[in-house]
Amino acid sequence: MRINPRIINRLVRMGLNVQAFFTVGILIIIVAIIFFKGFPHMSFAFIFSFPEDMGREGGIFPSIVGTIQLALLSILFATPLGLGTAIFLTEYTRESLFTKLIRFGVESLAGIPSILYGLFGFIFFVIKLKMGWSLLAGVLTMTIMILPTIIRTSEEAIRAVPRQLRIVSYSLSASKWETIKKVVLPAAMPGILTGIMLSIGRAVGETAAIIFTMGSSLRLPLSVMESGRTMAVHFYILAREGISMEKAYGTAVVLVLSILLINILAYYIMNKAIARYS
Amino acid sequence: MIDRTVFKERFVKWVLVAFALSSLLFLFLIFLFILSEGLPLFLKVGVKNIIFGFKWAPTKGYFGIFPMIISSFLVTIGALVIGAPMGLSCAIYLSEYSGKKMKMFLKPALELLAGIPSVVFGFLGVIYIVPLVRNYLGGSGFSLISTSLVLGVMILPTIISISFDALVSVPKTYREGSAAMGATKWQTIYKVIIPSAKSGILASFILGMGRAIGETMAVIMIAGNALKIPGSILDPLRTLTGNIALELAYATGDHRLGLFSTGVVLMVIIMILNYIANFGIKRKIAK
Repeated sequence: MRINPRIINRLVRMGLNVQAFFTVGILIIIVAIIFFKGFPHMSFAFIFSFPEDMGREGGIFPSIVGTIQLALLSILFATPLGLGTAIFLTEYTRESLFTKLIRFGVESLAGIPSILYGLFGFIFFVIKLKMGWSLLAGVLTMTIMILPTIIRTSEEAIRAVPRQLRIVSYSLSASKWETIKKVVLPAAMPGILTGIMLSIGRAVGETAAIIFTMGSSLRLPLSVMESGRTMAVHFYILAREGISMEKAYGTAVVLVLSILLINILAYYIMNKAIARYS
Repeated sequence: MIDRTVFKERFVKWVLVAFALSSLLFLFLIFLFILSEGLPLFLKVGVKNIIFGFKWAPTKGYFGIFPMIISSFLVTIGALVIGAPMGLSCAIYLSEYSGKKMKMFLKPALELLAGIPSVVFGFLGVIYIVPLVRNYLGGSGFSLISTSLVLGVMILPTIISISFDALVSVPKTYREGSAAMGATKWQTIYKVIIPSAKSGILASFILGMGRAIGETMAVIMIAGNALKIPGSILDPLRTLTGNIALELAYATGDHRLGLFSTGVVLMVIIMILNYIANFGIKRKIAK
């Protein structure tokens, strides 16, 4: 007997519907578990006090500071490099062998897994350049890791700026760089900001590359040459070495909540930007 | 004398060229340093004894990583078995069935899943998946199947977003043509749309594999890290990435070089996967 294709169509539609909500359900379950288990262990004191006894007692203040230091310094290095690359690729050159080579470099960097960044950062920054396990080694490794994200998002944002804006600017006898600085970049700013926010989210959540470059010292890093610990690394050590499940859940809440907020903000900015030019 | 504006324009251009070259420089440095640390041991111990060696006892001169290579591929295939059907059906739902409002909710939600750090996946895997496997299937729970389940979910965002792009880029005329022949929506999807988006969908699977094989933190928490080829899906295993992450902190001398050799093998596998995926995507665009 042949089944009516319309019935199959309806069944498939239902199945796919369930499947899509199941996938989103996984996200909701993950977030819900972390929140329900972690919120009881999170408090003002937990966030602003120092850990005691390897993290068994006390709070996570140094790891929050370490995370912010790592994220902001990496962005500080990666944004000019990435934005400059994006401006060069979009405004200063046609597609050629040279741009293909650069794009190949960017794509390859984006595909390298974080443990290989960890290996590289460890041998190059920590050992060969004698930085030791330090904030600086972590920042430089992270800078290279987030560079592809910043380049791609900035490039898309700059390409989306309408040609007319540039033409008008040239007709007012502005030079190329003046046009880019005063017309193109302000118009592309929301897209560029999205890339920066996504990169901050990545730096906050990264573990494998950071643990071998920035180390895992529990002290507050006061200079870039000192080792420190990010929230993700702290969470990993608490959970893996079974130091304290309560503190691990508490750390996880702060970690996941900050990443979610950063990413939601990023997509919010992006949607605003898309609405502007379509 | 050159005009100031002209000078400034030239200066800016050369600065930007230098910035653009930085990505290539970094890529070169990464290759150079991982290879220069990882290759000497291949010459000293022999390619065969490393890649096809079964025994990893780096302090005693054994650097065999064959079980880890096999284990890496096993978890990757396991992740794909779980992630590929789920991811593809999500992508089909998003591109073909969901309304605009639904899409506005589902797409960002799926992108947020990509932002959850891998340590969090690993942690939840240990707390929930591992005991589940231990109680219902047996073994210690730290196993191939637990790792595959968690990795399968972790690669969903990659598979969904790339197959979604491939499905959406199928021209509207194909859909209209098929509908005009009296085909139902599902007939159109599996006879017209999926075949024409085939290479993009394949690329999404291969990039998903690349993510799974490179994943580290979640894997070392769930896989059990035993040094042998798993005999069943309930056995523990150690991947290439796990080997590096577990031992790098304290390894010295030849032991450390052995970890870089592991890194070289991983890098070669990833480069091959990315090359295949990019080739697939490019062919699709050319068409």
